[in-house]
Amino acid sequence: MLKIRNLESGYGKLKVLKHISMHVDPGEIVTIIGANGAGKTTLLSTISGLLKVLNGDMVFQGRDISGLAPSKIPALGCVMVPEGRQVFATMSVEENLILGGHVLQKEGKKVLSELLDHQYQLFPILKERRNQLAGTLSGGEQQMLAMGRALMSRPSLVMMDEPSTGLAPLIVKEIFEIIERLRDEGNTVLLVEQNAKAALSIADRGYVLETGKVIVQGPAEDLLANSAVQQAYLGREKIEE
Amino acid sequence: MIWENKQECMSREDLEQLQLERLQSTVYRVGTHVPFYRKKFNEMKFEYDRISSLDDLRRLPFTTKQDLRDNYPYGLFAVPLREVVRVHSSSGTTGMATVVGYSRNDIKTWSNLVARILCGAGVTHDDVIQIAFGYGLFTGGFGLHYGAERLGASVIPISSGNTKRQIQIMQDFKTTALVCTPSYALKMADVMMDMGINPHGLSLRYGLFGAEPWSESMRREINERLGIRASDNYGLSEVMGPGVAGECRECNGLHINEDHFLVEVLDPETLEPVQPGETGELVITTLTKEAFPVIRYRTRDLTRLIPEPCPCGRTFKRMHRIMGRSDDMLIIKGVNVFPMQIEAILFEIEGTEPHYRLVVERENNEDKLTVMVEVVESIFFDAMKKQRALVDMIKKRMATDLGISVNIQLVEERTLERFDGKGSRVIDKRQL
Repeated sequence: MLKIRNLESGYGKLKVLKHISMHVDPGEIVTIIGANGAGKTTLLSTISGLLKVLNGDMVFQGRDISGLAPSKIPALGCVMVPEGRQVFATMSVEENLILGGHVLQKEGKKVLSELLDHQYQLFPILKERRNQLAGTLSGGEQQMLAMGRALMSRPSLVMMDEPSTGLAPLIVKEIFEIIERLRDEGNTVLLVEQNAKAALSIADRGYVLETGKVIVQGPAEDLLANSAVQQAYLGREKIEE
Repeated sequence: MIWENKQECMSREDLEQLQLERLQSTVYRVGTHVPFYRKKFNEMKFEYDRISSLDDLRRLPFTTKQDLRDNYPYGLFAVPLREVVRVHSSSGTTGMATVVGYSRNDIKTWSNLVARILCGAGVTHDDVIQIAFGYGLFTGGFGLHYGAERLGASVIPISSGNTKRQIQIMQDFKTTALVCTPSYALKMADVMMDMGINPHGLSLRYGLFGAEPWSESMRREINERLGIRASDNYGLSEVMGPGVAGECRECNGLHINEDHFLVEVLDPETLEPVQPGETGELVITTLTKEAFPVIRYRTRDLTRLIPEPCPCGRTFKRMHRIMGRSDDMLIIKGVNVFPMQIEAILFEIEGTEPHYRLVVERENNEDKLTVMVEVVESIFFDAMKKQRALVDMIKKRMATDLGISVNIQLVEERTLERFDGKGSRVIDKRQL
């Protein structure tokens, strides 16, 4: 689905990603973990076209996307759920969702309302709050709204940037359960997370970024068992088990 | 049957992406964690974080058995010893042995790859599998054992030796799959005849043979005499052990587990790639090993790649069964023996001259190594007792250091042909 080879990008003269190769296959959750500043968000921003590719290739569903404008990428089926949700606070929940489906406008109202129903099914709380202003939702609800909004475009790949940020542990658990369910329904997810343990426990595969490089990659369960990963990202408890 | 359809049948394009990602992280990891590789990379001014394509593999340095010996025992490990859950070693005197280690993930991967090979040979969780490879430091026994357990077969960890007992157990436990060296399979057939047991009356259906070179005619003989389907598998402890490659039911070449090993076939002299499909030395780079990754390990085994896709559906390339060695290593009853090791032992023993000849034969499907060695005149002519003591001592040393029993034949001084420079001191009479 997504194949990245030898990718380099960054901000101005600052090269953040150094020679990254990774891929996402259809139907899997792939997680990118790493400490603050490792380049996780930079990677997602580069895939979304927000940052320029300095070097390397990015191929999404057989198509080179490395030079595409950020506005073109969601239409190809690659959407992002940004960090900090970034819902439109002064619009209602439903308006936010409908906005997410704008790329499907020409498919007609019926398709849109079906998709809307599907999101309400996935996130019942959003249905309850459909007419409420998005800005009045709790952090967890906003996260769900951001996810629902992304799913409204019927994407082939959903990229999520730190969905657990600033949320209470119980809500984080719920969010991760939803991500798992998305995969089980056939969606493909690229999940960037600082909460390595939670991310690896639902992911199929993972890549560990450190100062802009992939230092380890492999099946998520192998990464959970990898001592270097445990020490750096999972805390000590796992080791003593 | 295919154990991991998703991996074993993946498109070449996906496979190459996966191989590149894994090669990049392996090279980066050895560059940062293994002083031996870091030094080599630095000397070559090779930026180990700049691998861009699979072709970059050719810029990497080789690893040889000597490198493993020089770093005995743990010098090439890429993780601290506390992460190592298993250590295996090849035979050899202390200074000559090589040591390999496995992390918990390595053992898991290894088991899985062996399960692929067993599955490819036709073995399922319904089979009763008798593992007649030696357990211990040798990787054969444990490698197949864990793979068979992973597959869910019922494992009989009988280990090697005591052929009559092997056959008794095979009969009583209703063994359906046998794991051993091909020559031992034939020996079992011989002993069954002596015991008056008809192999065709047993439950045995599959044989997975490895650890020594064999031929199609040996396969036919094994299949006919034991009434089974014999298949070949390949591996070496320096790289992992069994599980590197194995035959599918087509029995026409061994599928290499290419998602875990990157292989090259090179001219052993020039170290340049041979033409596609031509014979050369197999060179292997591990892609997923944590504890003991190796970069471009020179196996010294000669083979050729089979480029055509296999009808079984696996997309992994096949290699021809091993066709020989590019060095002088001998495989005696599945044990690797270098003439140099024997020379070193003889050199240390008083009363022998440094002139020797090694004769390898196969008698009753069993390898026999005879060491002919010149002894000093004083011993050769008089003391019968001294002679016997000398023979016993050499035998004992060889058994301890090489792990095999040899025959010793003392000969008079200056009776063995002398060589100028490089001469073959080995006479291999085995016909496979």
